[in-house]
Amino acid sequence: MHEPILQIVGLSAHYGDFQALYDIDMTVAEGEVLAIIGANGAGKTTLMWSIAGLMRNGADQVRYRGEAIGGLRADQVAERGIALVPEGRQLFPSLSVEENLIIGGQVGRDGPWSLRRVFELFPILQERRKQASTSLSGGQQQMVAIGRALMANPDLILFDEISLGLAPVIIRDIYQALPGIVGGGMSAIIVEQDITKALSVSSRIYCLQEGRVSLEGASDTVSREEISRAYFGIE
Amino acid sequence: MNATQSHVTRTTSTARAAMLFGAIATAILIAAPWWAGRADMRLMSELFLYMALASLWNLMAGYAGLVSVGQQAYVGFGGYMLFALTIFGGLHPMAAIALTPVLGALVSVPVAILIFRLRGAYFAIGTWVIAEVFRLVFAQVLALGGGSGSSLPVGIVRSLADSRSGREALSYWLALGAALLVIAVIYLFLRSRKGLALTAIRDNELAAGSLGIDIWRTKFVVYVVVSALTAMIGALIFLQKLRISPDAAFSVNDWTAFVIFIVVIGGIGTIEGPIIGTLVFFLLRETLADLGTIYLMVLGLVAIIVMLKAPKGLWGLVRERFGLELFPLGYRVEPATGKKED
Repeated sequence: MHEPILQIVGLSAHYGDFQALYDIDMTVAEGEVLAIIGANGAGKTTLMWSIAGLMRNGADQVRYRGEAIGGLRADQVAERGIALVPEGRQLFPSLSVEENLIIGGQVGRDGPWSLRRVFELFPILQERRKQASTSLSGGQQQMVAIGRALMANPDLILFDEISLGLAPVIIRDIYQALPGIVGGGMSAIIVEQDITKALSVSSRIYCLQEGRVSLEGASDTVSREEISRAYFGIE
Repeated sequence: MNATQSHVTRTTSTARAAMLFGAIATAILIAAPWWAGRADMRLMSELFLYMALASLWNLMAGYAGLVSVGQQAYVGFGGYMLFALTIFGGLHPMAAIALTPVLGALVSVPVAILIFRLRGAYFAIGTWVIAEVFRLVFAQVLALGGGSGSSLPVGIVRSLADSRSGREALSYWLALGAALLVIAVIYLFLRSRKGLALTAIRDNELAAGSLGIDIWRTKFVVYVVVSALTAMIGALIFLQKLRISPDAAFSVNDWTAFVIFIVVIGGIGTIEGPIIGTLVFFLLRETLADLGTIYLMVLGLVAIIVMLKAPKGLWGLVRERFGLELFPLGYRVEPATGKKED
């Protein structure tokens, strides 16, 4: 196994008095695609936010390429090469499709991703590039959100609820595009409620349940029964 | 709609018409010293300076989310710097006016570092407290008249131009030029990459942060630039008045309450809003000024009605109803069916 690009050690997170994550340990190897599954409220988004710097944690609880980043701001995390495709897309409604993508490239990291390459991946965005981002369909908005994150040329990309609220045909299109995204050696964490989809693209899977890791295993060996138990907490 | 059969444009025919109208209006306004009376020119100068103040406050509050009620700190600071630099520094008033934004920027840096620790309502109160501190500090400077203030010496006023009409024309042109400069700077800034980042922050601070936009630094830059230009407008305001005192210079009513009124009724977060708002404010003021305190009550009533019935301001109403945009920042798709929408 390669050196881990990301290491999470004993991560706990709170919203006021409510504890959302308990002592999470997790690693992502260089070039690896990791899937995180879990029911609503299991702590998946909190975990993504903690990695992306949208929630501050103890510096040592999140380590990226050996550096303690748990206490950094979101923009400092982004500068180091971690990009987030947030749940619900979170596009900028006042900006056009192209401007949304350009904003993604503001961190100024070198790499293969450019406006041209994003348009090659999602040709429909080129056609609609001058349109207001909110005038697109949900699936096209998700493409903008993915393109916007890629424009930062990240080494680790986080997809939070990549297929939530999208039509099955759109989900298929996005999953077809995924190998083209992560094939170049980029590491990825995919948060997904659809277990079959999650298993199909990842090499390892983590299941969260009520803020704790209830299962960790290789995607091709973990059984459906194990997942059901870990997902629903049925003994 | 099929996107391939339509074309995309940033400008609209309304915007082009507005630009042409703006150019003609500017030419007419530049020629005002030859056609307008003395009182009209003074009124128009005041209007332009309010337009500039409102546009600046709108950039800070409407785009960067920094709701300050203490911008009178920089208006007063700029005014006092004009007096100090000309009286004690021996500078020509024009040189002093050119220097005030630099000094305004310098003084706003430590203020920003201090008040950026506060959020929301605490930030607003903090800015007001800072403005009061400025007022109290300048009231202690006896060389500038202490609490009762001082007038600009005749010699300095005469150095602007020999004749009274020449001075009044110059001061009018400076006010007009300042308003045009401020609006142009804001428009160009918002169309630049930094402006894009600022718009992204306004739309969604969370997403902007996770895309690598340094939110603190972007807001800091906006605060410093706005404060610098506000100080310059302050210098121009007190060049018109020729007299300064701490209470007039740091008046929360004159330089912040009215400015917020203008932006709110015009439409916060748009370039057009403060322009429309200033015109409405002066219209109300000039027609209701004889009513005394009732005038202020009417202003309050107008503000409340607009906030309840048109939260996006008068410009928001116009834009929603007619789809107009005079300063196009975004793109729009126009169907290529031969029928032009406008």
